Amino acid sequence: MWPDPNLKVATLVSVGQHPKSGRARRAEQDARAVELGLKMAGTRSRLVNVGAGDETGLRQYLGMGLPELMQVKAGTEADAVPALVEHLKTHPTDIVLTGIRAEQGEASGMVPYLLGEQLGWPVVSRIADIQKIEDGKADVLQALPRGQRRLLRVPLPFIATVDNAAPEARQYAYGPARRGQLAETNGTAIVDEARLEWQETPAKPRPKRLNVVKAKSAADRFKAATAKPQGQGGQVIRDGTDREKAEAIMELLISEGVVR
Amino acid sequence: MSDMPISDVPRRDPRTEWILRNRLHPQHDELVAASSGPVRGPSGLLRKNPRAVGYIGPNGLKRIDRSAGFSGGAGGVSFRSRGRSGQAEVELPLHTVEQPDFYVAVVVDLAAGRLSGHDKDVLGQAHQLVNATEGEGAVLAIALGEAREAAFGKAGADRLIHLTDVQGEPLDGYCPERKLAVLEAVECEFEPRYWLFPDSVHGGADLGSRLAARLGERPAVQAWQVDTERTVCRGGSQLTDWHRPTARVMLLAAECALPIDETRHEAKPLELTVIPPVTPRIEDLGPVDVDPSKIALSEAEFILAAGNGVRDWDQFHAVATTLGATEGASRVAVDDGNMPRFRQVGATGTWVTARVYVAVGISGAIQHLQGIGQCDKVVAINLDDGCDMIKRADLSVIGNSQGILGELLNLAESRQNGTGADTADLAIDTREEERHVA
Ligand SMILES: Cc1cc2nc3c(=O)[nH]c(=O)nc-3n(C[C@H](O)[C@H](O)[C@H](O)COP(=O)(O)OP(=O)(O)OC[C@H]3O[C@@H](n4cnc5c(N)ncnc54)[C@H](O)[C@@H]3O)c2cc1C
Repeated sequence: MWPDPNLKVATLVSVGQHPKSGRARRAEQDARAVELGLKMAGTRSRLVNVGAGDETGLRQYLGMGLPELMQVKAGTEADAVPALVEHLKTHPTDIVLTGIRAEQGEASGMVPYLLGEQLGWPVVSRIADIQKIEDGKADVLQALPRGQRRLLRVPLPFIATVDNAAPEARQYAYGPARRGQLAETNGTAIVDEARLEWQETPAKPRPKRLNVVKAKSAADRFKAATAKPQGQGGQVIRDGTDREKAEAIMELLISEGVVR
Repeated sequence: MSDMPISDVPRRDPRTEWILRNRLHPQHDELVAASSGPVRGPSGLLRKNPRAVGYIGPNGLKRIDRSAGFSGGAGGVSFRSRGRSGQAEVELPLHTVEQPDFYVAVVVDLAAGRLSGHDKDVLGQAHQLVNATEGEGAVLAIALGEAREAAFGKAGADRLIHLTDVQGEPLDGYCPERKLAVLEAVECEFEPRYWLFPDSVHGGADLGSRLAARLGERPAVQAWQVDTERTVCRGGSQLTDWHRPTARVMLLAAECALPIDETRHEAKPLELTVIPPVTPRIEDLGPVDVDPSKIALSEAEFILAAGNGVRDWDQFHAVATTLGATEGASRVAVDDGNMPRFRQVGATGTWVTARVYVAVGISGAIQHLQGIGQCDKVVAINLDDGCDMIKRADLSVIGNSQGILGELLNLAESRQNGTGADTADLAIDTREEERHVA
């Protein structure tokens, strides 16, 4: 069933940075979104970027086998949202895929939500996969913490952020990255005034929280420093048949919600 | 000390102690009488009963304890026991807000129905903001969904809005649109000065971003140092800090502030008069079964761990599969070749964070207990009711592991046959190395 040639998928990509060297590269989460777009719409899925981004970073997305990347020209200080709203209003789109947070800058993760609000489209967060599309509705697999999954049904068009649980992005190749087209267009570029007043500094290491013992007496402090961590005396079942004991365990598992 | 009435603070009076020890001191008798209470005779005169002192020692001889109340006597015991009982029922002072001038709203995650450490940190941050702002403010906790064992008052909620359903629709599962409608109603009615969310994968980040977009506020995201003027937020890839003015909507990083631990709060319930009706577009089709053996041990929610007390390994694997538990093991089980090395829990294995940890035939060596320090509920199945695992466990059953596992298997199977028809059976490919970004 995939890829579906009639499906219009747009992936919003940004330039990432290597966490150690800081060198520009494709952003990890965005690349997973591109991978999901490739699965759904093949090479017809669109790539959209706003900014004056670094070309080597952007070309790595093209190296995943896509022919074109549309770049809306805007300065580095510009707000990406108006340009993207304009783009999505003029280009028919069914599904917009994005990463969760950018690897550079403020990384607030607000772009999908602002787009959803302004376009009136539903936003689904942290998806791992899109399973099928039927009658204008998509069955989306959402990634939950602790490796759990949830199935959601969303009407098209919608916006989805792609979790790290989604399939890993394919390797990019140098040749296609060189050959791919960086199509530049001009769009609404509004300078993000508020942010100009903020200061960006290298991250300060955060103090580690110490386990402060607020004991009133020396004996309490001594106990807190030396005692083994122990539960406050749980329930102990000594008597009864194995059946009764197993039932007690089962009851706890059900009340905790781990056994459905 | 300020949270304890001054009269309750145990104080020593070295001078009195010294007089009580010194039988030759002119005031000795006076003080001994005072510390053992006055006895009045029939005519109202103060009487001293010379026989009422002392106790019968082990040899049947009468012994008089001249230290009278200090160093180890009867009075000493009562002194110590007063201290102990005071500690058991230590009642923190109640912080009350009569007529709040403003609110600081905190939307807690309530993941699995409990207040997480992150939730409590955010509540602590809310109190810092209230204290630093002029006027009397109240922290308004908003909890959406079922709660279990959630002590809102203790965590610092002055006011509480706790909803489990909206217009008859339950607020569990994924329903951000309904939750957003509730938050909008709160905005209309109470106009909180700040909106605080935990910036977490349990829904706080999602809901906070939605509210910020709806209200047209620019949120501070991954904020880790907040006061009423300035906020410091972590930027992309955790490589930079953004220094910015404090926003009205804030998504706070974990450990942004210390939780409340010196006061109790009222958690007075508030009612919302109107919640505008919503027709959610996102439909929740429920959780999907994932293969528990493919979830990384460190982030598994439910672990069934085997130790040296497991005899029937096929049975153990069958129980884990039927219950949908991820398997873990003690070092002995691994060393004996019954379990693979990557299943080992403990100091030299994996540190697990499971919500429920079932230890079958594990004695609870310190190296193993270290690895399960962060588990919420521990269940122990063991023959020996004196072992350390029983002391750690919230529920322990004493008995042969084989018999109990067998019955557990029967129970789980009968339960599955009863209700198992409607669970979605989808083959999901989750890989061992998957991690969620926080
Ligand atoms: C440097 C170092 C690092 C270590 N790191 C780890 C580590 O990371 N993880 C770890 O687990 N260990 C570790 N150990 C080993 C640890 O000290 C213990 O030896 C080990 O945890 C004991 O495993 P156990 O509880 O399964 O076995 P045992 O101590 O033998 O306990 C077996 C338990 O099963 C019960 N039992 C027996 N038969 C039955 C039955 N039929 N039904 C029910 N119960 C029964 C017994 O009463 C007993 O309580 C480490 C040790 C060292 C020295």
